[in-house]
Amino acid sequence: MEETPGEKLKSTRRKFIERLTLIGAAGLAGVTALYSGYKFEKSKQSKKIRLLTADNKLVEFDEGELKEVVKPDLTALQKRGREGLAGHRWLFVIDLSKCQNARKCIGACQGAHHLRPEQYHINTLQMQDSPETAPYFMPKPCQHCDNPPCVSVCPVDATFKRGDGPVLIDNERCIGCRFCIAACPYSARSFNWIEPIDAEKDKDLVYNVELNIPQKKGTITKCLMSSDRLREGKLPYCVSACPNGVYYFGDENEDAVTNGTTKETVRLSELLRDNAGYQLMPELGTKPRVYYLPPKDRKFPFPEKSIFNNNEKG
Amino acid sequence: MSDSKINSSKEKIIQDLLRPINFSLSFKIWMGFLTVGLLVCLYAYTIQLQKGLGVTGLRDYVSWGMYISNFVFFVASSLIGMLISSVLGLSGQKWITPITRIAEIIAVAFSAVAGLVIISDMGRPDRLIYVLTHGRLQSPILWDITVVTTYVIISTLLLYLPLLPDIAICKNHLTTIPRWQKKIYDILSLGWSDKPEQTEVIKKAVHILLILIIPVALAIHTVTSWLFASTLRVGWDSTIFGPYFVVGAFVAGTSAVIIAMYFFRKSYKLHDYITDFHFDKMAKLLILVSLVYLYFNINEYLVPAYKMKQGDAVHLHEIFAGRWSLMFWGIQLLGLIIPLILLLFRSMRKPFPMLIIAIFVFAGSWFKRYLIVVPPEEHPYLPIQYEPKGFHFYTPTLIEIAITLASFILVLMIITILSKFFPVIPVKEMIHENNNIDSNEK
Repeated sequence: MEETPGEKLKSTRRKFIERLTLIGAAGLAGVTALYSGYKFEKSKQSKKIRLLTADNKLVEFDEGELKEVVKPDLTALQKRGREGLAGHRWLFVIDLSKCQNARKCIGACQGAHHLRPEQYHINTLQMQDSPETAPYFMPKPCQHCDNPPCVSVCPVDATFKRGDGPVLIDNERCIGCRFCIAACPYSARSFNWIEPIDAEKDKDLVYNVELNIPQKKGTITKCLMSSDRLREGKLPYCVSACPNGVYYFGDENEDAVTNGTTKETVRLSELLRDNAGYQLMPELGTKPRVYYLPPKDRKFPFPEKSIFNNNEKG
Repeated sequence: MSDSKINSSKEKIIQDLLRPINFSLSFKIWMGFLTVGLLVCLYAYTIQLQKGLGVTGLRDYVSWGMYISNFVFFVASSLIGMLISSVLGLSGQKWITPITRIAEIIAVAFSAVAGLVIISDMGRPDRLIYVLTHGRLQSPILWDITVVTTYVIISTLLLYLPLLPDIAICKNHLTTIPRWQKKIYDILSLGWSDKPEQTEVIKKAVHILLILIIPVALAIHTVTSWLFASTLRVGWDSTIFGPYFVVGAFVAGTSAVIIAMYFFRKSYKLHDYITDFHFDKMAKLLILVSLVYLYFNINEYLVPAYKMKQGDAVHLHEIFAGRWSLMFWGIQLLGLIIPLILLLFRSMRKPFPMLIIAIFVFAGSWFKRYLIVVPPEEHPYLPIQYEPKGFHFYTPTLIEIAITLASFILVLMIITILSKFFPVIPVKEMIHENNNIDSNEK
C-alpha cells in the first residue's frame, strides 16, 4: 500500500506525539524519582551548615553532602583566626549574684581546650572586698581588654586583639618569653610549662588559633572567648555549661546579650543600667570587655565566714 | 733623665705586662675546672630543653625568676665599662689607665653572656629568629635586644681598638709563643706599625666610641628596667626604675672591677701597676655610687611605704617583715650600708679588705635583682586560688641554679681567655704615661 504524502505526514505526527508522550512520561517519572530521592535525602540530612571557603566566601551546604577532602589548611585557619567575625563586638556580662561556684564553666573550658586541671582560661575566685563586706564567688575569664597590656608587650605579635573583641594567642608564633603574663593585671594567662596533657592525642591535628589546639609546650594558652564557637553561631563553652544563669554573652553592636542557661536574650544597656554593672579594675585603663553585675541578694550560703587574707590557701 | 733609662723602663713595662701571657699549668687546671663545670651545667640545660621550663620553679604566677634576675644583673655589671672608660676617662681622670681594660673586658663578657641568659628563659628558643622576622617595635623586648646588641658591639670595639698597638707589641716581643698564637696576633693587629697617623686614627675613633657608648649604656639598663616598669604590677610600676637600675648597675660593676683588680694583681703579679692608690680611688668611686644608690632605695621604698596603698602594703609588708625580710635586710645592710660605713675608714680601702667588701656588694647586687623581680609576682591583684602549692611561691630548682651557674662560668672563661691572650693593662698607654711622668720630673 502506497501512502499519500498527507497520510505520511499524519503518521509521522502521530509517531512524534507517541514518542513525545513516551519521553514526557519517562521524563516525569525520572523527575519524580529524582525528586523523591532528593526528598528522601533531604529528610535524612536536612541540616544545612555554613562554611567559609579558603578564599573567604560563606557558602551553605547540606551536611550530608559534605566529605572531608583535605585537612583544613593552616594558612587559611590562621588568616580567618586573625581577621575575626566582621561587624560584631562580643562581650561577657557575669552576674555575681548567681554564681555558686559550681565550676562547670571551668570543666567545659578545660575539656574543650585540652588543658591540665591547674591551667585556667577561666577560674572562679572567692572574693571579699573588705573584712566587713560579704564574700562572693567571681568567675574570671580573660577580660579581653580593648587596651590590652599583654598585646602591647608581645615582641612577636603572637598575642593579638581582634576587631570583634577577643584577645587571642597564636601558639605557632609564641616564643615563650612570658612578658604577657608579667603584663596582665588579671592573671588571665597560663603557660604550657611541660608537654600538654593531650599532646600525643592531638599531634596530627591542624592548629586552630580560635581553639588553640593542639596546645604546644613552651607557649602561652589563654581564654579565647570560644572564638571557634562564635564562628558557628554558638555561645562560648563556659557560658553554655553554667547551670546557674551566671553568664550573659552577646554583641555590643546589637545591644543584646543571651543568658547561657535560660537562653533568654535581653538588652545589654538595660541589664547593665538596672543592675549597676561594672568592670574589673577599670582604673588601670585596660578597658575590659567583661562586665560584672554586683553580688547583691545572693540566694546561696558562702562556705566560709571570712576569706579575707586567706588567698594563699587556695 | 737619659734616653737609655726611658728605654730600660719601657722594656721593664713590656716585660712585666706581657709576662702573664702564657698557657701555664695553673691556667690549664683553671680552664679545665671551668670546662667541666660548664659541661655539667649545660647538661642541666639539655634537660630543660627536652622537658620544658616546667623543670624550673617557675609557674603561671611567678613566671620570671632566677633567669630574668640574672639577666638584669649581667646587664647591670656590664655597665661599668661605660662608667670607667667614658665618664671618668673623658673627664680627664688619669688614674684609670691601668684599669680601663679590665673594665672593658668585664663589660664585654657580661653583656655578651646576658644575651645567652635571656635565651635560657625562653619557652621556645627555637623561635628566637621570630624576634627579627616578626618583631614589633612597641614591645620593650625589641628595644632591649637592639640596645644590648649595640652595646656589645661598641664595647668590643672599645676593647679592641686600644688593644691594636698592644697586639703588635705582643707579636714582636713574645718570642716563645707557638706559631698559631703568633699568627692570631698577626691577623688581629691589622698590620699595626705604630705610625703617628695610625695612632691618630685610633685616638679619634676611640674618642667617638667613648661618647657614643654613654647614651647606649644608659639605654640598655633603662630599657631593661622598663621590662618591669612598663607593666601594671605593684612593686614594678615605678617611674624611677630607669635611674634606680642604672645607679645600681654602677654599684654592681664597680665591685666586679675591684674583685677582678685584686685577682689580676695577685695572680699576674701586677703590684707595681695596680697599686693601693688605685684601690683607694676605686673605693671612693664605690662610696659615691653606693650613696646615690642608697638615695634611690630610700625613694623607691619609703614613698610607697608612707602611703601604704592596698597593693603596696601587701608587697612592702612581705619585703620589710615577711617572707622576704631576711633577704631584703641582708642586701641593704651587708651589701650597701655596712660597706658604705666601712669604706669611710682608710684601713678598709686596702686591697684585701676591699676584696671582701666588694664580694659582699657584688653578691648583694645579685640578690637585689632577685628581690626586685620575684616578690611582686607572688602578689598579683587577684588572689591565687585553686592552684597546686608550687604555684603560690617560687623556689628555684637545682636545674635553674645550674644553668645560672653556667652563665657565670662562661663569664669567667671569657675573662680568663682574654686576659691570657692579651695584656690586661694597656702596655702602650702605660709607657706613654711613664714617659710623661718622667718628662714632668725633668
